[in-house]
Amino acid sequence: MTTKPEVYLDYSASTPVDPRVIDAMMPYFGKVYGNSTSSHRQGRRGEAAIEDARARIARILNCQPSEIVFTSCGSESDNLAIRGAAWRARQRMAPMRIITSPVEHSAVINTVLQLSDLMDGASVVVPVDKHGLVKTEDFTAACQNGAAIASVIYANNEVGSINDVAALAAIARQHGLLFHTDAVQAGGQLSLDVDALGVDLLSLSAHKFYGPKGVGLLYVKDGVEFPSILTGGGHEGGRRAGTHNTAFIVGMAKALELAYAEKSERLAHYRKMRGKLIDGILSRVAGAELSGHPVNRLPSHASFVLPGIDANALLMHLDTNGIAASSGSACKTGNPEPSDALLALGYPPEAASCGLRLSVGIHTTEADIDFALDVLVNAVAKLRRLKREFVA
Amino acid sequence: MSAADKRVVVALSGGVDSSVAAALLAREGYDVIGMMMRLWSDEALGGAEHNRCCTPDQMRIARRVADTLGIPFYALDTKDVFRDIVVQYFIDQHRDGYTPNPCLECNRHIRFEWLLRHAMALDADFLATGHYARIAKRPEGGYLLKKGLDPAKDQSYVLSVMGQEQLARTLFPVGEYPKAEVRRIACELGLDIANRKDSQDLCFLGNNDYRDFLGAHAPDLMTRGPIVSSEGEVLGEHRGLSNYTIGQRKGLGVSSNEPLYVLAMNAIKNALVVGTRGELGRDRLVAERFNWVGGAPPAVEFRAEVKIRYRSQAQMALIKPMGDDCALIEFNLPQQAVTPGQAAVVYQGDVCLGGGLIAQFADEEDDLKSSDQMIQFIA
Repeated sequence: MTTKPEVYLDYSASTPVDPRVIDAMMPYFGKVYGNSTSSHRQGRRGEAAIEDARARIARILNCQPSEIVFTSCGSESDNLAIRGAAWRARQRMAPMRIITSPVEHSAVINTVLQLSDLMDGASVVVPVDKHGLVKTEDFTAACQNGAAIASVIYANNEVGSINDVAALAAIARQHGLLFHTDAVQAGGQLSLDVDALGVDLLSLSAHKFYGPKGVGLLYVKDGVEFPSILTGGGHEGGRRAGTHNTAFIVGMAKALELAYAEKSERLAHYRKMRGKLIDGILSRVAGAELSGHPVNRLPSHASFVLPGIDANALLMHLDTNGIAASSGSACKTGNPEPSDALLALGYPPEAASCGLRLSVGIHTTEADIDFALDVLVNAVAKLRRLKREFVA
Repeated sequence: MSAADKRVVVALSGGVDSSVAAALLAREGYDVIGMMMRLWSDEALGGAEHNRCCTPDQMRIARRVADTLGIPFYALDTKDVFRDIVVQYFIDQHRDGYTPNPCLECNRHIRFEWLLRHAMALDADFLATGHYARIAKRPEGGYLLKKGLDPAKDQSYVLSVMGQEQLARTLFPVGEYPKAEVRRIACELGLDIANRKDSQDLCFLGNNDYRDFLGAHAPDLMTRGPIVSSEGEVLGEHRGLSNYTIGQRKGLGVSSNEPLYVLAMNAIKNALVVGTRGELGRDRLVAERFNWVGGAPPAVEFRAEVKIRYRSQAQMALIKPMGDDCALIEFNLPQQAVTPGQAAVVYQGDVCLGGGLIAQFADEEDDLKSSDQMIQFIA
């Protein structure tokens, strides 16, 4: 069989690990294998690597190393922040309310819903505008009544829009509330200066910026204390038990350093590729609409609503032609539901089932975009024809 | 052109047959894509949340099979079109006093139309399924639909709705093998599915009985009405026509000197017609919506074997085509429990010539302008 071109346009879902990151990780599988909590030299070598990684990451986040808690992924970081804050509120007999937005990652939404359900808390979902951004007036109003925590996504995974996290964090602070942001999509592209952002808690995941899957972190501002939700040994200052994944933590630090050292070149490349993609789709696919904010969005991220196109079927057509893309409504089980994010932006349910996300990365080329556009235009035409044939 | 240049979409269910079909095609070098239709299921009844054909378990197994074979796998949302066409047909047919076979309707409109077209849109050359049937090329052009090699597993009955256009684009890889061999291939491939049970009930009922389903979705079908003899004498009351099947003896709640059987359902009068075993036998039927696999009916009447149920023996009969989509079928011997709504499928040897849906006996009499007595029996 002839090899067909493969074009990966799903960097928002995950990225390949940078070879330089792999090189940095390798010694910590075989050569340095000690448990970082052991007192012998093997253990100390592991511990040194982890503390070195922590210090390097802290420089990028503009925080103290002790404010970094290593986790297994972005979802764990979100859980740690929100559950931790909820338990903290319970300890203090404070309100169990959680303020959040309707366009959070499921790691935040489902955690909030479960806590509301199990712990008699009430979740307050602050509406977003048509671009998916939380409005400061609404957020201020929600903060009036106090809460265990407010959690608002930094850059949305589905539509790419970037919230004014600094402004929201300032409002929360004025009302004496803890503020968490899920910065998983923002990692590698936006400023992670936690001091400038003014956040108390911030989640990151390494595999979004060319690091390995299976490692993430939670920034916890000094002085913010809550019970651990993963109890065991005293790792991570008692905030998250579990043997350190030394190699992956080292890999995350390396990937984050590379991302911010090369940020301006990478973002320029993303913007160029992404711009070509958006122009091509808006001009060649009738009815296509850019979802999310037109300008204030992640540089790598393009998302669309393609009216009348079943996102599930479209992804299948793209995949059989070698193109990896994504959609908020598509589902591997063929049971698509309208995207909650698109519904929250005000799209009607029919349109909210027609979302398409294309995200570019460091390996994307102009030829990739040209090829993807041709395939996409063709697939949309075929699906529209099929749909006409089966309208009863 | 070799297999390598051909793309095949396989309707993958997670069962043994479709998995082996995919494996055989992959082995031959086809560019194989596995696909599962996400079908509608009756969630309202509080039964199974998933259609039996596509439970999370089935889907997981199918995905695993696809991974093992190194082929892509997709699930397609087919819920609305399946509900609108197949489920609605099931309800409507019951309302009209038929006992429908929705699998035929699914094959006619969903599998070999909707799915086939979606496969073609993916630039596939063929759609393949795990049915036990065979397709043969006629030397003079066109295609024959033949029984599967394994007579015990033959599924050509439910494929009798297929025409030349569909056959030209369809592959039935397991139809060439006995079931035991298919299971052996599944084991050999390490597909962890070789000993799974074959499915029987209608896929969209969840775990519910079809009567409960109809009661919930078409409560009017559960309207009580008279049980009458073939002479029109009222003998008792029935609990809604859909609760009964032709040939049923037990549970009628009518006492009589000799055993009584359900002979017919008169939907217009909401009457259940019962009679003796002798009255149950019928030596002819009219089949409507007849599909001739070859495209057109034979010009003259002919002798052939006819199956009136999926799992019944074929019986010798004289077939008299009436126009393009109707046929009168006269059996050599009377048949028990001829059931309107089921398919009458015509064979000559291994070859399936086509089939139609057994008409209501009232319509049959209209068609054939027959005796007063029979009209009285229905009207």
